[in-house]
Amino acid sequence: MPRLISKLAAALFATALSLPALADASLLNVSYDVARDFYKDYNPLFQKHWKATTGENLELKQSHAGSSKQVRAVADGLEADVVTMNQASDVDFLADKGLVAKDYAKKFPTNASPYTSTMVFIVRKGNPKALKDWNDLAKPGVQVILPHPKNTGNGRYSYLAAWGYALKQPGGNDKTAQEFVGKLLKNAPLFAAGGRDATTTFMQRKIGDVLVSFESEAELIAKEFGRGEFEVVYPSLSILTEFPVAIVEKVVDKKGTRKQAQAYLDYLWSKEGQENAAQNYLRPRDAEVLKKYAGQFPAIKTFTVDDVFGGWAKAFPAHFKDGGSFDQIYSSK
Amino acid sequence: MQRRVLPGFGLSLGYTLVYLSLLILLPLSGLAFKASSLSFDQFWDIATGERALASYRVTFGASLAAAAINGVFGLVVAWMLVRYPFPGKRFVDALVDLPFALPTAVAGITLATLYAGNGWIGRHLEAFGWKVAYTPYGIVVALTFIGLPFVVRTLQPVIEDIEPEIEEAAASLGASRLQTFVRVLLPAIFPALLTGVTLAFSRAVGEYGSVIFIAGNMPLISEITPLLIISKLEQYDVVGATALAIVMLVLSFILLLAVNTLQWWAANRHKATSGEAR
Repeated sequence: MPRLISKLAAALFATALSLPALADASLLNVSYDVARDFYKDYNPLFQKHWKATTGENLELKQSHAGSSKQVRAVADGLEADVVTMNQASDVDFLADKGLVAKDYAKKFPTNASPYTSTMVFIVRKGNPKALKDWNDLAKPGVQVILPHPKNTGNGRYSYLAAWGYALKQPGGNDKTAQEFVGKLLKNAPLFAAGGRDATTTFMQRKIGDVLVSFESEAELIAKEFGRGEFEVVYPSLSILTEFPVAIVEKVVDKKGTRKQAQAYLDYLWSKEGQENAAQNYLRPRDAEVLKKYAGQFPAIKTFTVDDVFGGWAKAFPAHFKDGGSFDQIYSSK
Repeated sequence: MQRRVLPGFGLSLGYTLVYLSLLILLPLSGLAFKASSLSFDQFWDIATGERALASYRVTFGASLAAAAINGVFGLVVAWMLVRYPFPGKRFVDALVDLPFALPTAVAGITLATLYAGNGWIGRHLEAFGWKVAYTPYGIVVALTFIGLPFVVRTLQPVIEDIEPEIEEAAASLGASRLQTFVRVLLPAIFPALLTGVTLAFSRAVGEYGSVIFIAGNMPLISEITPLLIISKLEQYDVVGATALAIVMLVLSFILLLAVNTLQWWAANRHKATSGEAR
């Protein structure tokens, strides 16, 4: 018995010793749900790069879930070194709490968003209802599938895309935009629980004529369901979706990982990082890389949340807070 | 006080109080504390908003419907499992627990697929013009699924305790089949049935994971209260979320209290009538 214990102790001691030898430092990246694939490819790239430049073994841990849940966890004390989100309002929340620099968007190039995407339409093969643009989606008899516009990130982007389109029409103003979005939402038979749920509802349960989704989702649909089932339609105008990243200042200061965290995020803008984005069907910011992958990213006119809505800090309360434009559409009063 | 065989009243009472305080009272008072930062008017506005009121109707209505369905069919299942031997009985018995073990999101997605217009069940129902998935009926289906084991598992031991001789005695004394069921069996089962239905109901009121995938989540039609709570959290409005949570707690508590009173009354009545019979 004592021999067994001493053996166990030795084994424990050995693992305790060997652990630090495996990794010299460790970063936790707290991220949104569908970034899983992107960072699964990106992390080994960066580890290799970091090892080659500094000789340090870096351990990278990922956490993925709905973005506002993730941000709340970080605010409540989850020790994330960096956050990589799909909507500025989530990072803004951390900036308000003092965890992230107020000017985080200026700490990195291109609005701190290493890649972008846009909202497009997925329609049935042959586009039987001839849906070409946002106004087709508001016509009677068309069924539109989208995630919950108030409670999900991609639902909010879809909502703002339609709103921005209506604003840019001749004579467009907030009133006509609200009417337009109201008509479009009347065509929604349901609000899906999230992006993937919307995809399943449209592709597997065959509900609806059009699915509004991220451009990057279309490729995942093709992988899952085959290309023969659907077509991608690019509207005349859509929203540029940005995916801001930031260093969690308080955590990196405490853990002494600022250098690693900075390099980890910087590398997203490197050629390798940008190529990785393109390979995951996210539009790279680097013009050269974008050109190389031009085949998979058709040209589309886009606007940003900053251009049309004056930033998320204004768009969120105006449209998605209680009593905002979404609630007004669904109020009988 | 009567002397007990086993000592330890003080210890177990202390343990119970500490345990319940840590596990239930502390989080609940945290909730109340958080909500207390609202003025009464603010609280009232949130609690009685148009969407909130509609969501209470959906949540409590669907939960009651699901609990009632489980009350009837759960009783049949429990009776079957206790009284009749049949091949594969153990398998069926294990099947009943499945809704306990299955992650609720999985249940929701599976049910939505089955009951959608092109699903195995949904396509036959829609042939009759009855849409289930993405309507309030879908919510009832999901809540019935997750509530079933509560009714069956509460009833099983009680039915096991009823000896078949009692039914035989009732029959030999001239009771009809209906009389045997209503006057002899039901009074013995009723308190447990009520407990099972109450448990199923309480579970249904708080259910979120499975419902959102089949509900359709349309404002004023198929929005459940837990979804509105999540919606508040998405806006980082924790206080507003706790206000809705408090309303749910109070409504649930009132309903549970009413059921407990009913149960107490039923148990007393049962005792009184069986005393009479002797």
